[in-house]
Amino acid sequence: MKEAAGTKPGVPRARGSSGRRRLSTLRAESRGLLRVMRANPLTLVGFVLVVLISLTALLLVVVPAATDAILGHPVSLLPYDPEALLPCPVQGNRTLCFQPPSAEHFFGTDLVGRDVFSLVLAALPLDLAIGFGVAGFGLLVGGSLGLVAGFWDQPRTVGGGVSTVILRVTDVFLAFPSLVLALAIAAALGRGTTQSILALLFTWWPYYVRLTRGEVLAVKHQPYVVAARAAGVSEWRILSRHVLRNILEPLVVYFTMDVGTVIVVFSTISFVGIGVPANVPEWGALIQSYQDYLVLYPWVVAFPGLAIFVTVLAFSLLGDGLRDILDPRSRRVLSQAVGSSHAGVAAPSEA
Amino acid sequence: MGRSRSDLLIFIAKRLVLLVPVVLGVMTITFVFTHMAVPNPCAVWSGPKATQKTIDLCIANNHLDQPLPNQYAIYLTNLFSGNWQTSSLDGLPVLSRILETFPETLELVLAALFMMVVIGIPLGVIAASNSGRWPDHLVRTLYLSGWATPTYLAGVVLSIAVGPLFGLPRSGAFSSQPDFPTPFHMSVLDAIVNLNPGATLDAIAHLILPASALAFVNLGIATRMTRGSMLEVLPMDYVKTAKIKGLSDFWVLYKHALRNSLISTTTVLGLTAGSLLSTTVVIEEIFAWPGIGAYAFRAITKYDFSGTIGVVIFFAIGVVVANMVADILYGLLDPRVEWR
Repeated sequence: MKEAAGTKPGVPRARGSSGRRRLSTLRAESRGLLRVMRANPLTLVGFVLVVLISLTALLLVVVPAATDAILGHPVSLLPYDPEALLPCPVQGNRTLCFQPPSAEHFFGTDLVGRDVFSLVLAALPLDLAIGFGVAGFGLLVGGSLGLVAGFWDQPRTVGGGVSTVILRVTDVFLAFPSLVLALAIAAALGRGTTQSILALLFTWWPYYVRLTRGEVLAVKHQPYVVAARAAGVSEWRILSRHVLRNILEPLVVYFTMDVGTVIVVFSTISFVGIGVPANVPEWGALIQSYQDYLVLYPWVVAFPGLAIFVTVLAFSLLGDGLRDILDPRSRRVLSQAVGSSHAGVAAPSEA
Repeated sequence: MGRSRSDLLIFIAKRLVLLVPVVLGVMTITFVFTHMAVPNPCAVWSGPKATQKTIDLCIANNHLDQPLPNQYAIYLTNLFSGNWQTSSLDGLPVLSRILETFPETLELVLAALFMMVVIGIPLGVIAASNSGRWPDHLVRTLYLSGWATPTYLAGVVLSIAVGPLFGLPRSGAFSSQPDFPTPFHMSVLDAIVNLNPGATLDAIAHLILPASALAFVNLGIATRMTRGSMLEVLPMDYVKTAKIKGLSDFWVLYKHALRNSLISTTTVLGLTAGSLLSTTVVIEEIFAWPGIGAYAFRAITKYDFSGTIGVVIFFAIGVVVANMVADILYGLLDPRVEWR
């Protein structure tokens, strides 16, 4: 550590210049990203869709809350109250529920005259928040555990012992098929939104442990980590600056696709009838309640189904494209496109 | 460590030893969530109209009046002695029902894997050899569509809209209860063994819809893996040599390049097989397939705890074994791998 102090004076200077360099690198990199996205239009489609869907969900939550605070009454963005049973038009002696999609009801109406468009939109914030929340929780908890298990894995040390415990427990959880375990826990806890979220949280972190640990193991013996340690950089700093930075990309890719997977599994729990309660609009629950009408009134199943499909597809397209972009093989193409700026990212402090 | 037969045996033995703590852990976690999350399961099992006497009897029968460590000991003893309790739904022993229904699910999963291989791998080759052009984008959209379709949605649409269109049966494994013995509990195999061509065709027809639903949703696994490993293999010298020798594109792609990229695809498919077993849960319920998935579905949704514990533990063991098989398969296929 004494020798490290000797090299300290060089650090602020390097940091200052690397800060400026990082900015230009960032600009160059985003230009490169844009170029790659243009070469792969599907990634762009996914990106635009993810932004649109997230913005819509945000507005659906924020606008009623904000108007409630300012005007004293909430203004909903939904064309109809999703709970309201609209009177079905009467023709002769028949009531015409199940109106097909029209300018008045974009997605038609259901068997009790509810507006399907409003129902589908009303479910968006919940499904999306659970997708982000559960995957984010997995990333945070599983990622931290994986970081610890990968970084301090020397046998016969306290860290090594902790790592072994983490890995053994993770192995056990990984052996459970997550859908079945989530279903079983959701059923055991009883029907309810909170209960199904708990079931998902409980089952969702293990894969992140394995993924993160694998990445850490691949990175931690790289020459730049060894060099940093030789230069006296503290372990925490190596972990956060040198290791974490370099394993973020695969984690981000996996997280992006995982948001979609969580939405699918959450809607499955509801479809099965042990998820959200009957009065909460949720895509899987909607499909479950309408599935018998698929042939006669296809819109009541098609639009909630399409909502899940488009949302999950958007995250998958984005994640799959990001994988190609961040993959070393296609990355080489990228860094050729933006010059040698990439070299500056990995080694921020040359003296 | 090398690649001799004894090395392989040591490798398998080591893996089996590692299995023990995982299985014990699985049993413990299952015990914890079934005994902690539900404070009074007997009230649930006995139904809302149950008298206090029935509930008390149930508590005594299930040793729920004992301290938790004792309950845990009883629970483990029962599991290891093969007494997996009887289902509260049909009163049949859980373990024998699981062993009866599992082959049916295995058949369904194998049929789906077959479709994934036959359709997914060529799609991956097409995508890789047209990397970055429209066939690549099209294939990517297709398999990501499968990924983005919830299994139950694919099941509902195939069962209600597509099935009747093609006149395919959409419920059960046979049109009528088979009048021949079914020793294997695998519909197609049983029909073939009984030399009954009519029943064989009938069984295959019943297999198509649920297997397609499963295959479509998981198409990406085979396709993406093939595409990825093909992209790694295609720039290699031996592929270039084959091209320069004047071999046709088809021959180069499918004989030279694909052969090597299949190693990783096979491994991933092996790994998937374990998780596919549990993906069938919803599919089997929709198509009334008489497999372990439908059994699990009913046990879980009807609060049959002994059934739930049984299938969860069985599935977990299935995943661990599938992982081990995939590891061994990988080593057998890739001569560079050493057993350790």
